[in-house]
Amino acid sequence: MAKVTIDGVTVEVANGSTILQAAEQAGIEIPRFCYHERLSIAGNCRMCLVEVEKAPPKPIASCGYPVADGMVVHTDSKMVRNARRGVMEFLLINHPLDCPICDQGGECDLQDQAMGYGMDHSRYAENKRAVPDKNLGPLVKTSMNRCIHCTRCIRFITEVAGVPDLGATARGEHMEVGTYVEKALGSELSGNIIDLCPVGALTSKPYAFVARPWELSKVDSVDVLDAVGTNIRIDSRGPEVLRILPRINEDVNEEWLGDKSRFALDGLKRRRLDRPWVRENGKLRAATWNEAFDAIAAKLKTLSGDRIGAIAGDLCDAESLVALKDLFASLGSTNIDCRQDGAKLDASRRDFYCFNTSIAGIEEADAILIVGSNPRHEAPVLNARIRKAWLAHELPIGLIGSETDLTYKVTPLGAAPSVLTALHDGSHEFAKVLADAKKPMIIVGQGALARPDGAAVLAAAWRLAAHVGALSSEWHGFNVLHTAAARVGALDLGFVPGPNGKSADAMLGGGVDLLWLLGADEFDPARIAAGTFVVYQGHHGDAGAHRADVILPGSAYTEKSGTYVNTEGRAQRAFKAIYPPGDAREDWTIVRAFSAVIGKPLPYDTIEAVRTRLEQVNPVFGRVGFLPRFGCSDQTGPAGDPAVLSDAPLASSVANYYMTDPISRASPTMAACVQAQATPALAAE
Amino acid sequence: MLQDKDRIFTNLYGLHDPFLKGALARGDWDNTVAILARGRDAIVQEMKDSGLRGRGGAGFPTGLKWSFMPKQSDRPCYLVVNADESEPGTCKDRDILRHDPHKLVEGCLVAGFAMGATAAYIYIRGEFYNESLTLQHAIDEAYEAGLIGKNACGSGYDMDVFLHRGAGAYICGEETALIESLEGKKGMPRMKPPFPAGVGLYGCPSTVNNVESIAVSPTILRRGAAWFTSLGRPNNTGQKLFCISGHVNKPCNVEEELGIPLRELIEKYAGGVRGGWDNLLAIIPGGASVPLLPKSICDEVLMDFDSLRAVRSGLGTAAVMVMDKSTDVIKAIARLSKFYMHESCGQCTPCREGTGWMWRVMTRMVEGRAAPEEIDTLEQVTKQVEGHTICALGDAAAWPIQGLIRHFRPVMEERIAAYKSRGAKPLPMAAE
Repeated sequence: MAKVTIDGVTVEVANGSTILQAAEQAGIEIPRFCYHERLSIAGNCRMCLVEVEKAPPKPIASCGYPVADGMVVHTDSKMVRNARRGVMEFLLINHPLDCPICDQGGECDLQDQAMGYGMDHSRYAENKRAVPDKNLGPLVKTSMNRCIHCTRCIRFITEVAGVPDLGATARGEHMEVGTYVEKALGSELSGNIIDLCPVGALTSKPYAFVARPWELSKVDSVDVLDAVGTNIRIDSRGPEVLRILPRINEDVNEEWLGDKSRFALDGLKRRRLDRPWVRENGKLRAATWNEAFDAIAAKLKTLSGDRIGAIAGDLCDAESLVALKDLFASLGSTNIDCRQDGAKLDASRRDFYCFNTSIAGIEEADAILIVGSNPRHEAPVLNARIRKAWLAHELPIGLIGSETDLTYKVTPLGAAPSVLTALHDGSHEFAKVLADAKKPMIIVGQGALARPDGAAVLAAAWRLAAHVGALSSEWHGFNVLHTAAARVGALDLGFVPGPNGKSADAMLGGGVDLLWLLGADEFDPARIAAGTFVVYQGHHGDAGAHRADVILPGSAYTEKSGTYVNTEGRAQRAFKAIYPPGDAREDWTIVRAFSAVIGKPLPYDTIEAVRTRLEQVNPVFGRVGFLPRFGCSDQTGPAGDPAVLSDAPLASSVANYYMTDPISRASPTMAACVQAQATPALAAE
Repeated sequence: MLQDKDRIFTNLYGLHDPFLKGALARGDWDNTVAILARGRDAIVQEMKDSGLRGRGGAGFPTGLKWSFMPKQSDRPCYLVVNADESEPGTCKDRDILRHDPHKLVEGCLVAGFAMGATAAYIYIRGEFYNESLTLQHAIDEAYEAGLIGKNACGSGYDMDVFLHRGAGAYICGEETALIESLEGKKGMPRMKPPFPAGVGLYGCPSTVNNVESIAVSPTILRRGAAWFTSLGRPNNTGQKLFCISGHVNKPCNVEEELGIPLRELIEKYAGGVRGGWDNLLAIIPGGASVPLLPKSICDEVLMDFDSLRAVRSGLGTAAVMVMDKSTDVIKAIARLSKFYMHESCGQCTPCREGTGWMWRVMTRMVEGRAAPEEIDTLEQVTKQVEGHTICALGDAAAWPIQGLIRHFRPVMEERIAAYKSRGAKPLPMAAE
């Protein structure tokens, strides 16, 4: 530890800390543009200059200067102020004075700092530099005249996102940030450079000229377009969600957000179900809520409990799930399932279906085996965490599945499930790597489970985890990586077939006469047997709604308060940012209202009461935001015989990152991304 | 004045064989094994005692620099030789490389041994194509003769020497930018600390030395620190290669003692200033980066680190650029400003933005198309760049202009007044 005195405040900081970090600890803010605590130190903006006593008599860049015991630092001396004013003047001489038409206006670091260190007039009488704008694809808009060359974007794309797409060409005042050859950025995390850019050089293309930051209402929420549970802030104005930004959560997403989660929001305004519909004579017609409920009630009257069923989709909040489960229980049905993709998840024990190591725990791992997953597409933020661990200590990472660029070095082990057996019996050379590791991790993707031999793969992966010591009392290295935000919460609630209950496959294949789809769209609706009466409750006119006999308009995740459990098993709460469109309602209230129509009212009238019920079903829902980490206390594996593996190659369940759910499928921005990634060079158009 | 017996670079003018045979005849590689046998500490101590100051421009004591290298290291250590000689006016290393390459190669072995380096990388300026061939030939010869490589000179020490050609960027002569470039990256200076002796080439302890510093070290060790300190002046010991160019009758490179009067240097070796000493306007004494000196100072000043520092200039690379009274001194400095703008790496703000600003104002100053108070603004801009950058290029860009304003401000004001009297208006202010 080193004692440092900064502006008279003495703090004790770890050796090797920088002056800037020490100042932060002392509660003193040092202006900076290029420094970012999650990126490497560049030291090039020169805004963080400070004066250090008994050092060379010139200002020192505090962002990269290590502290020494007894150091005395001044951050607001005459020398420092003059130095920063000088730097600010240099930054502004070639920066256009276009704040009134700049999307960064109002949340611009340069604007803010110029208030403190800028001059009231310019002494620069020469022509300003003009830099051609770059086309970085459909997400990031550039205005390169505004660039102050802090290189945060370059460092993020290179270090965190792990693609070599951005760099600086030319030198001196001709230095330009760009993609060498014009192309769309090839990263699923590219939107983060918009947040990182301290000026308005990189702004959001879909959000261009849409709103000013002070016009927006800001609501904290949780992202549901993958299962990571990224913490987000929803910025809305009136009835529209205009922007989604990440919030900092060190345990989940640090401060990153995937492109789909950030930019698919224009899908929230398209193809929405804003009123109930009832099918009459083969055609859907607009209806009132009462007509819709009556139609369902009439059908229900004719059916016994074992002929009705419900399938929950991927974006459902736990509140609506528990309400629907309770409704079906009151109707005497155990035909409920949340695994619409047919994943052979074992809900009997929580660690059979959770990402037990936790996302932050990835950084402790010393070997990783990925089974049937492409984390880059299934959970880009989680993938960035694997890359972070890999950058920190270059841990060996094996992949069973189709080979792909995951942004870190991967040892391909083949795609056949039998590799799991070979790793278990030691005949595969990677087996030694796993066996030697002190904290090995096995990550099983949905692609490995949503297949006929999924239970066998799950059992084989567990057996291997137990064999290589991944299941100890201190370390739980068995992980299931989900792609559906609702899945873990639904499994926690037991939204799976009860005794003699029918699975999703059985229900689709004619096992029931009334099928209630709660936002379930990820299967071919043609699989639903012809005579089945389908109730679709959801927010988008996607696959499920097209097949429905009755449509109940629900709310998207931005329009309701809800609880979601991420792939780690961390319950998190999303809050309502805007109202659902038209006649649409929050989903649990729809179920509650319907229960009253059929004379079996559910015993809760408020969201608090539903949450009490949630907690009653599973105490996990009482620990919002908090994730206790456990070792593995019981090595008994999930049901399934690890010996009956098929030969079919393992592959990721996500074929197209930009379109995985009803919201992103409705989004024009995501459509543009798909096109851009298909032809990166042409995408620049 | 340096006597012939005290010369180190006895083939400076290329009159003899530059290669091994000639080098051996000149005394290079003479019992090098005995030097190595003294051990690391003794060699470093001898270098410290000799008072040799780095010949690349900054004048940092070479022996001290070597002593920063770790005694024990779990990583390999490297010697990096800076042969990216691009300072305008400087051509001393070039003559070493093409006429006396074995001095450098032997220096690599001795210096590398003294700092525990396993390999020496010589980063040579890209434009020095022929020089790179000569040097490579000399390296090959040395390998063949067993002077370097495995069991170098029979000392039991292994030392490799690699030659790497740069691509012609001035900034790659800055030690950390050179390291970056050598690693295959864009040549942009690194922040210090960490210094290269801790984290240098490929993250390993490294020392970057100028060609001349390395090339003189074997002779110093052979003849002893006492001999070296007998040359020059206290704290500015030894001899030095001076490059005299510009308005002199006989531009030349010459080896002389440090502390020789500037006037004597020019009149004795370069045939005097064109049109006589009284025709002298100003001299840049140490390469483009140091402030110029008007004739009044040149009359008396001695050519060494401390004397030139005392007159607010510097010895730099000892590249003496002479300007007679026919020179448009503002234009001369404006040209240097353009050079620094062109060579700025663009990494950090003050240099990237400031060098362009300074050049633009300087071009107007050449015409006089400026307001008199802009001279003050210009000086303030140079002060805003100086000392605020990652590397010294910002300082180097600022100093020539500061020197100009310090010594030739009346000339600049006259120019502005003359422009105004012709009825031309000063530049209109841009609408912000």
